[in-house]
Amino acid sequence: MWQEQLPALAIAVPLAAAPLAALLRGHSASWALATLASTVSLIVAVLLAIAVGDVDPISYDVGSWPAPYGIELRITSFSALLLTIITGASSVVLIGGKQSLDAQITPSRRPFFFAAWLLAVGGLAGIVASGDAFNIFVFMEVSSLATYILIAGGSEPRALIAVFKYLIMGTIGATFYLIGIGLIYMMTGTLNLTDMETRIQDVSDLKPILAAVGFVTLGLMLKAGVFPLHVWLPNAYAWSPHIVTAFIAACSTKVSLYVLLRFDFMVFQGSLAGHDIQFSGFLMPLAVLTVLVASGVAMFEGNLKRLLAYSSVAQVGYIVLGASLMTVSGLTAGIVHMFNHALAKGTMFLAVACIATRLTSLRLEDLAGIGRRMPWSMAAFLLAALGLIGIPGTAGFISKWYLVLAALEAGTLGVLLVAVILISSLMAVYYVWRIVEVAWFRAPAAAGPVTREVPPMMLAILWAAALANVWFGLQPGLPLALSGAAATSLLGHLK
Amino acid sequence: MSGASLILLAIALPLAGALGIALTHARPNLREAVSLATAAGLAVVVWTLLPEVLAGARPSFELMTLMPGLAIRFAVEPLGALFASLASLLWIVNTIYSIGYMRGNRERHQTRFYILFAVALFATIGIAFAGNLITLFIFYEVLTLSTYPLVAHKGDAKTVASARVYLGVLLATSIGLLLPAIIWTWRTAGTVDFTPGGILDGRISGPAVGLLLALFMFGTGKAALMPVHRWLPAAMVAPTPVSALLHAVAVVKAGVFVVTKLVVYVFGVDFLHAQASAGWLLYVAGFTTIAASVVALRQDNLKRLLAYSTVAQLSYVTLAAALYRPAAEVGAALHIAAHGLGKITLFFAAGSIYTAAKKTEISQLDGIGRRMPWTLAAFTIGALAMIGLPPTAGFVSKWQILMGSLESGAWFAVAVIVVSTALNAAYFLPIVHRAWFRTESSAPAAGHGEAPWPVVLAVTATAALTVAFFFFHRPVLELAWQIVGAAP
Repeated sequence: MWQEQLPALAIAVPLAAAPLAALLRGHSASWALATLASTVSLIVAVLLAIAVGDVDPISYDVGSWPAPYGIELRITSFSALLLTIITGASSVVLIGGKQSLDAQITPSRRPFFFAAWLLAVGGLAGIVASGDAFNIFVFMEVSSLATYILIAGGSEPRALIAVFKYLIMGTIGATFYLIGIGLIYMMTGTLNLTDMETRIQDVSDLKPILAAVGFVTLGLMLKAGVFPLHVWLPNAYAWSPHIVTAFIAACSTKVSLYVLLRFDFMVFQGSLAGHDIQFSGFLMPLAVLTVLVASGVAMFEGNLKRLLAYSSVAQVGYIVLGASLMTVSGLTAGIVHMFNHALAKGTMFLAVACIATRLTSLRLEDLAGIGRRMPWSMAAFLLAALGLIGIPGTAGFISKWYLVLAALEAGTLGVLLVAVILISSLMAVYYVWRIVEVAWFRAPAAAGPVTREVPPMMLAILWAAALANVWFGLQPGLPLALSGAAATSLLGHLK
Repeated sequence: MSGASLILLAIALPLAGALGIALTHARPNLREAVSLATAAGLAVVVWTLLPEVLAGARPSFELMTLMPGLAIRFAVEPLGALFASLASLLWIVNTIYSIGYMRGNRERHQTRFYILFAVALFATIGIAFAGNLITLFIFYEVLTLSTYPLVAHKGDAKTVASARVYLGVLLATSIGLLLPAIIWTWRTAGTVDFTPGGILDGRISGPAVGLLLALFMFGTGKAALMPVHRWLPAAMVAPTPVSALLHAVAVVKAGVFVVTKLVVYVFGVDFLHAQASAGWLLYVAGFTTIAASVVALRQDNLKRLLAYSTVAQLSYVTLAAALYRPAAEVGAALHIAAHGLGKITLFFAAGSIYTAAKKTEISQLDGIGRRMPWTLAAFTIGALAMIGLPPTAGFVSKWQILMGSLESGAWFAVAVIVVSTALNAAYFLPIVHRAWFRTESSAPAAGHGEAPWPVVLAVTATAALTVAFFFFHRPVLELAWQIVGAAP
């Protein structure tokens, strides 16, 4: 039946469309194909998200070779949620960001740009769908290389330096991960994650495994941008084409966190004595630092996109903080925040793309009066920003509620964590309000260009994204159910 | 119409009004007609609910489930009904006043002003009818965010800086203290529904009660307990109709409404009475009353004086609530209404003086009573209400609070009331004296009379209501006693 092929389709559709996009000529043909493939993948992802409600996990043997000998695709609630985020973000920003892409990507580069885009989507989808450690590495490389192309795809020269830094750091991260799985393969003889989980119990000499833990954790933390390994991120976000920023800010760091959590809980947690305490004790302080330091930098950052990039780093900290609590509610909070933050930050960067079609500089002082000139774009930005702060009625509130609840379960330490969460929320109020005051309460420069609102199509998509923040703030049932199931299944590996 | 659909209508009507105002922005007369019709419609809906509530019904309505066990739920109980009927009634008067004021002063962005006003009223009704803490919190934040642009209305550097204080204090306290308090309650009690008698009895004890109470009380920044009162004087940069309805009635009363609601329906009066660690609130409220009155004594700017007077009067409500005795809670509820009527009159009068004479300082008001007799007569009535003299609303509520204090033997509260009454008289009576009995030092360059007629009409109406409350407060008293489940 065709439904059984869904896991394969999730990866195959964007990957197969990529070379086609590179061959297409014409003004927007490659864009149209990328959008179509991305939308089809989104439908596949949603169907999978519904299907995992009945059967969790859905296992698919590539080429009918049974696991652990063949390659296994394994769709869990967690991966279905991530698939939805990836394909959803890609589809929304492609449709909503066409004008911005047309302005920033020269026509001759477009076929390759959109081919790279599809490879990035396919690679990210492959990472979350795969049940095989080495395949995850392969897809990680596919998506990373494609992402480098996307970031450098515009005409901004500073993007080249940023992407070079990202490339070096990303390669180190991926290499660490590869060394880690190499060590595990050496000791267990398998690359299938499920198989690894059982075989690792029989390993008598644990030293290589412990080294693998270190390599895998550090490599993935680097790719996720956890403090102090976040230095590549702000510039990569700031100088890439605006629509690329919207896409990668919504999903790329989250996919690395997904691998970190999945790997750690499936392979290490159950088999290494005391690992849970080490995991928690190592990540929690880093998460707290990530949240506080990144929010602090955002408070004083002068470039809008860099400000939002630092805010993204802080949000990664929230996700890691939730996971480091090692409880169902903590993991649920972290995982649902992946979804909610993707919504909020995706919307905000999409709004940035809208205003950037009318402005040359995105420094805060150059945004004076933009709220009056482009009221609809900035109102959508504000709505998503309220979600970032965690104002009730937005999706961000749901994650914050669960995170505080989870922290309170942790006793005395939890009270401190609650304080951290709330202080950083207030820091978010501060940096969001700097933007609000400039945008609405400062008069635009008299000599500046006359700016108009962006075309209705762009606004319609932007507002659909903004209203999704409210919708999932009031009806958080589906993401919460998926996150809850993901958290329960992750913790199920703890014996 | 059933109770549930009336609730939904009361919530939806101001929002629909906001939309209507936005659509008619090109035609000011039609736009103001929409404002007025919305206000009147809301009052009709809310007042239709009143007899039902007075008869003992508690209509409720569940909008949607937010998270498992947590719903956006509305439930009308006597305190909420009292607050909503006060706010909706005064919104009508305030709309009339706004029309006169905004046109008289040629203010800019009038459409935005009316839209946000309607949204603020939407939030106020949501707070009044909230059936649980989470619903209350949502609307509490909507109220903060919708009033921020109203405070910053003028848009110059000074105004924006004040608005920053306003937003900063209100958001910081609500996110930093109120939200954790709500989540703590949810974890401890397993519910956040408002329940007569409270939900925390037996679930929490010892110093934790005092701590939770502190999180709630300082988290409710809108109640302006010192030291989180700074936003209220800062908010006075707003146009006067905003100060009048929002910063004398809707926003600040939302604060003390939440305080009273928490004491009665979350903690429970008897539970708090038995807790030694909950005793501090009385003293903080008492201190705020006296300190704010002393600060008010030294103000020359009329609106700032009124702001500090509001801080003091709000703490009357908190003080009464903090006595943890049924009679005092009734006093708290009455004072929410009585102070609202008196203070809106005073703000209306201040705005009327500004519109007609462009005067903002008390030292400029010599002999102004003869030029603006209606306005200053209303101001005098408002001042009497603040002091608590008959025949005004202030006397009724102060009497009730005093009865509550005496009943519980709280001599500290009695002393606070006596001293602050003297202080109130000391800063209000000189203004009245100056306006009526001194002669103008020099005639104003352009001679002026009363403000535009809608302004005078509004200020007279609220003054009349302040007096009427003294004579016809019986139904309000009955409603207030129902809060604590008793009869007068």
